[in-house]
Amino acid sequence: MQRNCIYLDNNATTKVDPAVVEAMMPYITDYYGNPSSMHTFGGQVAKAVKIAREQVAALLGADETEIVFTSGGTEGDNAAIRAALLAQPEKRHIITTQVEHPAVLTLCKQLETQGYSVTYLSVNQHGQLDLDELDAALTGNTALVSIMYANNETGTVFPIEEIGARVKAKGAIFHVDAVQAVGKLPLNMKNSTIDMLVMSGHKIHAPKGIGALYIRRGVRFRPLIIGGGQQRGRRAGTENVPGLVALGKAAELELLHMEEATAREIKQRDRLEKTILSLISDCEVNGDITQRLPNTTNIGFKYIEGEAILLHLNQHQICASSGSACSSGSLEPSHVLRAMGLPYTTLHGSIRFSLCRYTTEAEIDKVIEVLPGIIQHLRDLSPFKNDQAAWLQQHEQVLTHR
Amino acid sequence: MWEYTDKVLELFYNPKNQGVLEDKGESGVKITTGEVGSIACGDALRLHLKVDVDTDKIVDARFQTFGCTSAIASSEALVELVKGKTLDEALEVTNKEIAAYLGGLPEAKIHCSVMGQEALEAAIYNYRGIPLDVHEEDDEGALVCTCFGISESRIRRVVKENNLTRAEDVINYIKAGGGCGSCLATIDDIIVSIQREVTTSQASNNNPGQLAVKALTPVQKIALIQKVLDEEVRPVLIADGGDVELYDVDGDIIKVKLQGACGSCSSSFATLKIAIEARLRDRISPSIVVEAV
Ligand code: FES
Repeated sequence: MQRNCIYLDNNATTKVDPAVVEAMMPYITDYYGNPSSMHTFGGQVAKAVKIAREQVAALLGADETEIVFTSGGTEGDNAAIRAALLAQPEKRHIITTQVEHPAVLTLCKQLETQGYSVTYLSVNQHGQLDLDELDAALTGNTALVSIMYANNETGTVFPIEEIGARVKAKGAIFHVDAVQAVGKLPLNMKNSTIDMLVMSGHKIHAPKGIGALYIRRGVRFRPLIIGGGQQRGRRAGTENVPGLVALGKAAELELLHMEEATAREIKQRDRLEKTILSLISDCEVNGDITQRLPNTTNIGFKYIEGEAILLHLNQHQICASSGSACSSGSLEPSHVLRAMGLPYTTLHGSIRFSLCRYTTEAEIDKVIEVLPGIIQHLRDLSPFKNDQAAWLQQHEQVLTHR
Repeated sequence: MWEYTDKVLELFYNPKNQGVLEDKGESGVKITTGEVGSIACGDALRLHLKVDVDTDKIVDARFQTFGCTSAIASSEALVELVKGKTLDEALEVTNKEIAAYLGGLPEAKIHCSVMGQEALEAAIYNYRGIPLDVHEEDDEGALVCTCFGISESRIRRVVKENNLTRAEDVINYIKAGGGCGSCLATIDDIIVSIQREVTTSQASNNNPGQLAVKALTPVQKIALIQKVLDEEVRPVLIADGGDVELYDVDGDIIKVKLQGACGSCSSSFATLKIAIEARLRDRISPSIVVEAV
């Protein structure tokens, strides 16, 4: 399979690994039996489901009985959060952060209309949390704390285990949206404070529409999707067998490649970032550069707007992102960058490059070659330049008092 | 990814009219500038026009735009549309024409063409020394759309001025509601409350002309005055060997140039009052005063 573009938008989605396609194909064509059936034809398929469950469990350092297959990250987050609330009906408080994925934020907003109170923890200019703020928010009434492992836009990684220790001390359930972290950071649920963790297949070179929810043994769980008794009653519906076989294979490959891929991605990402910063004036890296995913860099280019940059990159067959893919159909500047309090000069012109194990040096070279010209061209068009500082300042002021 | 027409992409990738027009002291021409938008909203436009003082024609135009693909393409389209027009003709250019020139814009990007029209108005008003309505009240009052920092007072003003009836229109005009969408319900409520106010005041006030003018933007008002003059006043005057030309609009004071037989006619004062002022009062607002220059 050939890519005809330079794909640096891997936090949005990834290329399906050819080995993954190969693994899933027979379960579309030949082995179409229902894993719940009593005959051997179905039994073969049930075996494939079991293997996939083990593969996913291995990637997470979990037990296979702790894995529930879902349709992806959003379903996993919804299931985990609702389950945690249903299991403790007497508690009415939730803690999350301002920079979560919409899968969590939108649900929390809805829960607020249903009588729950939600604390949205703030982040500093590097996108990091203040754990004192968490401590202050935690009460005996807190049912659930839902915090992402790593941010999809900036790559900032939160100190999850330290957070978990504080959450557990207060007796709340700890749910972690690890969609961006799985496959990029080594995880081990065995020695973890995490109660529930969500991952998504299409971020680790499996297809879209499949994911998994880890539920620590002993955590009370109420299913979101009910019907037949599949997956030990924790997620009804006939399993998406080709999808979960693919997820299993992808998990196996992640485990195999993680160490070496991580080292390469860090090198490529840093080279890209450093060269951009040295060649282009007035730009800066957004997020916590010390606690960050190996594959992500988010750079704010002052005085110009992100979509315009993206379209120019697109002309050179380079795919990047100006925010999270889920909200790029909207006009809103990224809620993550806004929560970090970035100035508007940078906010609208921020671009995320996210790499993967297929990224090549030549692809990085190409970005380095074309980006400075694009930025210069758009800045030449922009009214906000040094000589127009007064107008700009006036606008920034209007904003700060808002 | 947005669906853009080929025209949008062509103008975006190869803009020909970007830049600044500098005042080089050339005789017979003047440079004027109009600025709208802000870095907060994510788009801003500074439009420069070179005007031939005698003919009132736009002889050159340039733009500087901070914004997305459609903002840049709309600026280019605007400049193409107004070059060679007189200022009065240019004032008639609507955001719809800009969008049409581009072969259409995605609905959520219509505000880019609105920005073009507003910058044009700002530049021309600047040239004519007419103060632009600064809506200071826009910064006051409750913040409704936190995504774009837009207050209730601004939404109310835009809804009233443009007779908007749906939250989607508000998105298209000023973006409010076009982000996370969580303010859409409030915007709907605001629209409903304005509609209610209008119905009540219509019921208690049977002077619809006055109501209509309240909802007009300066550009719409000028356009309406021009229309009344062209369609209802000038034919009568021309039949009498005279004519009239709109010279300026300053709030409710409308300045006109009487021409031909009317200019020298001893009854020109009467023409002004009876034929023109009465008509405009009837059609637009009872507080209008017409003066000859
Ligand atoms: S608050 Fe208005 S769109 Fe988000």
